[in-house]
Amino acid sequence: MSTNLPVPLELEGDTDLILRQVLSDVLGLSAERIADLDHDAGLFGHLPELDSMAVAGLLTELEDRLDIIIEDDEVDGEMLETYGGLLSYLTAKRNEG
Amino acid sequence: MLTGSWPSPAGGEQYALSFDQQRSARVLVIPALFDEANKLRHFTVEVMRRLDAGGVDSILPDLPGTNESLAPLAEQTLTGWRAAVEAAADHFGATHVLTLRGGALLDPGTLSGVHYASVAGASLLRGLIRVQLLSDKEAGLPTTRDDLVARVGTEGAALAGYHLGPAMVQKLGSATAPEGPTIEVKQADIGGPGLWLRAEPAFDPDQADKLAALVLEQVR
Repeated sequence: MSTNLPVPLELEGDTDLILRQVLSDVLGLSAERIADLDHDAGLFGHLPELDSMAVAGLLTELEDRLDIIIEDDEVDGEMLETYGGLLSYLTAKRNEG
Repeated sequence: MLTGSWPSPAGGEQYALSFDQQRSARVLVIPALFDEANKLRHFTVEVMRRLDAGGVDSILPDLPGTNESLAPLAEQTLTGWRAAVEAAADHFGATHVLTLRGGALLDPGTLSGVHYASVAGASLLRGLIRVQLLSDKEAGLPTTRDDLVARVGTEGAALAGYHLGPAMVQKLGSATAPEGPTIEVKQADIGGPGLWLRAEPAFDPDQADKLAALVLEQVR
């Protein structure tokens, strides 16, 4: 089956790969745990590895690899609560840029 | 592995860890800064073990105000750290340098060697400020970025658990590595994720092997 994905979804696919890679690099999660992250998977407050120090490292690395700027006042529990929430935020940021 | 001390230009003795057999090639290892120093300590020492096995001496001095140092961190400045690094290089008769991450900002720029994954001071400072903002937010404090930046620049502040004075913060924001006779080794040259990124300190023997091999190429 072949589909023609619209551009925003392709961008989300690329962002998805980068986000998984950065989570793996920063948190040292196993490949299985990274693969298991679905849209509703809990992040901040759910992953014991993700404390505020790790969040800072994660955001800074995401900025570098996605070429975006994340304003510190945009960082809140909601943005970081689920994998899908963070992915949507990052995709929107890339589309702005 | 030996431990020893060296006289710091600001007075007092500072500790150093070394693999020292008075061999002809002697690498001064300038550690990563602040939290990255902790995350990379194991890696740093493992690279030194491999240099030792490769027939090269290496010395890892404590920066004043860090690790075993009795000097207060809040009173340290980048200028003071650079003077300390030069004094350590003289004292130990270093022939080469290996800097890790922000350690490149302290390189006197006179010795050849390797800058590993060097980072601009502005990026380090941005990271420290971000950690502090997130930590304040978790603690329910209404700190804003502008407030914090203004406060650290004028009176200093604890950032990510490190109490930095205003002079350190002001200089750090514009600090860059010197254009010296060193080569830059990027993380991509080593392979795998940078260990300074890890939320918990981690170690990777393959990465230590590769960095040590690249340093030995420069030194021999």
